[in-house]
Amino acid sequence: MQKFTLLRTTAVPIPMEDIDTDQIIPARFLKATTREGFGDNLFRDWRYQADNTPKPDFVLNNPAYSGKVLVAGRNFGCGSSREHAAWAIADYGFRAVVSSFFADIFKGNALNNGLLPVQVSPDFLHQLFSGIEQDPGIEVEIDLETQTIRIPSKGLEETFPIDPYKRVCLINGFDDIDYLISLKDKIAEFEVSMG
Amino acid sequence: MGKTLFDKIWDAHIVTSVEGGMEVVYIDRHFIHEVTSPQAFDGLRARNIGVFRPKQTVATADHNVPTKDQHLPIREALSRHQVDALIHNCADFGLELYGLGHPLSGHRAVIGPELGITQPGMTIVCGDSHTSTHGAFGCIAFGIGTSQVEQVFASQCLLQSRPKRMRINVEGQLGAGVYAKDLILYIIAQLTAAGGTGYFVEYAGSAIRSLSMEARMTICNMSIEMGARGGLVAPDQTTFDYLQGRQFAPQGAEWENALAYWKTLYSDEDAVFDKEFTFRAEDIEPMVTYGTNPGMGLGISQVIPTETGQSFEKSLEYMGFKPGESLAGKPIQHVFIGSCTNSRIEDLRLVAEFVKGKKKAPHVSAMVVPGSQQVAAQAKAEGIDRILEEAGFDFREPGCSACLGMNEDKIPAGAYCVSTSNRNFEGRQGPGARTILASPLMAAAAAIAGEIVDFRK
Repeated sequence: MQKFTLLRTTAVPIPMEDIDTDQIIPARFLKATTREGFGDNLFRDWRYQADNTPKPDFVLNNPAYSGKVLVAGRNFGCGSSREHAAWAIADYGFRAVVSSFFADIFKGNALNNGLLPVQVSPDFLHQLFSGIEQDPGIEVEIDLETQTIRIPSKGLEETFPIDPYKRVCLINGFDDIDYLISLKDKIAEFEVSMG
Repeated sequence: MGKTLFDKIWDAHIVTSVEGGMEVVYIDRHFIHEVTSPQAFDGLRARNIGVFRPKQTVATADHNVPTKDQHLPIREALSRHQVDALIHNCADFGLELYGLGHPLSGHRAVIGPELGITQPGMTIVCGDSHTSTHGAFGCIAFGIGTSQVEQVFASQCLLQSRPKRMRINVEGQLGAGVYAKDLILYIIAQLTAAGGTGYFVEYAGSAIRSLSMEARMTICNMSIEMGARGGLVAPDQTTFDYLQGRQFAPQGAEWENALAYWKTLYSDEDAVFDKEFTFRAEDIEPMVTYGTNPGMGLGISQVIPTETGQSFEKSLEYMGFKPGESLAGKPIQHVFIGSCTNSRIEDLRLVAEFVKGKKKAPHVSAMVVPGSQQVAAQAKAEGIDRILEEAGFDFREPGCSACLGMNEDKIPAGAYCVSTSNRNFEGRQGPGARTILASPLMAAAAAIAGEIVDFRK
């Protein structure tokens, strides 16, 4: 897993609420048996017409917006448990998603793929959206070490929550599996105690 | 202080805790399917390890399978490749597979209960958000991502933060023509599609107690649609009667032991929930959704609310509806009766009883997809398939089908589909498809009338 420490970048805004994982990656693109390549179909039906020509009014097709942070309305990633949603966002090139809250399964999937879900207050989210609207070149800075997100040009900053264990995993690029495998003896003992 | 049912089960499965609060939770049963497992198997190969407890995993192919001619090779190459990969992976890692056409195959959330694999007090996971269905039996059951599928393969455990606890009480008696699907759509409409985020829900109250197991499964199935990790119902005599004698349920002395334990699985009187809601069953009428998330639902006699905001406006524009409109009388072109929400024998019986001797409207295409081979066989034994076909409904073979449009069963762009499934997201049933979620009876009635109707009138 890719390490995450400090990120300073412009951001791509999608000011919609309840963005579900069927929008992030429609089910018909879940037939691959590898983790790669899903970025091409990220937000497929918002991004392309039925004839595969880009929809010019969608933000990913607007050259004014770019960057490694996706900013979206509340309840981002609701719906299906498909990890392909996190893979698609990361594969496209995003390292973090900012929202006022995330659906639980999506949040877990993102953390397991080095994609940082940054939960901010509704007010900070509003400030971020309006900042990007005024200036698509505005930068955000995300510091995982101090759990801080900043909009330097506005002098705004906020801390964000993350489980301490997952924070250490992301900073070091560890995943959960090595840790769980290291517990096998303990797990076997637990099984015996369960009867 | 007493414990909630959720905490009783969760605490019994903690192997150890991690500094900072996460817990290592032991998983009793793991269901897998073709779409969310291949990358997890490849992860095991990359680490050169096997499945830690292969006997606790059950595999089935459901998401991607055709619902016609299942005895023939799958025509669509990518789908065939994915289903073949499941077959090879299960063989390589020594896992039980109820593959396409197997008499025990079907939706992972349908076969677990009907085979008695799902039992009270268990922890159950699957790379599928509707795993919450198993909660009807008093289990902690929830959907996971593929990295977590790999974790369970490797260790039979997951690292989890304990969710908050919510109780939803529904008191009283459901009115005539009001079913479990209406009840859960009503709850989600009250709490919104995000109202359960961060919580695990216990459904309680006299209206829930009086429901059959299949109806409880419909309720728990849609817990994820309000954002909850899962939902559960305390087991009772209805649960025990359902399980007794099922193929993988405990037998003889083991049954007695299990029963004694299961009877301890309830929330203590003084247990404290982080949030609690109470609804009256009498307030609920047949429900329909009008928007593009399951929280956008209303009673059939109500009109679409007037709200502002980009998300709401985009949603109504997609659906082709306006604030203040009633859905009753809106013409529809498709009806889908199926999915892990409503594809069990009780659902099919209700539909058959309603459509018997009637004909679907000529412009409507109506599809019925049973939840498993066992449901299909039972429906045939009861003559339900013939009744449906005489009414002009297409009775298919089991699978996820038009619930998510991964196979050929898609709804065309712009068309309206009254669907007994669980999600009305944009494009869920096919690009541009417009989904109206409803109960099996509302769907059947719409197929006959050719428009959305209040069948009680």
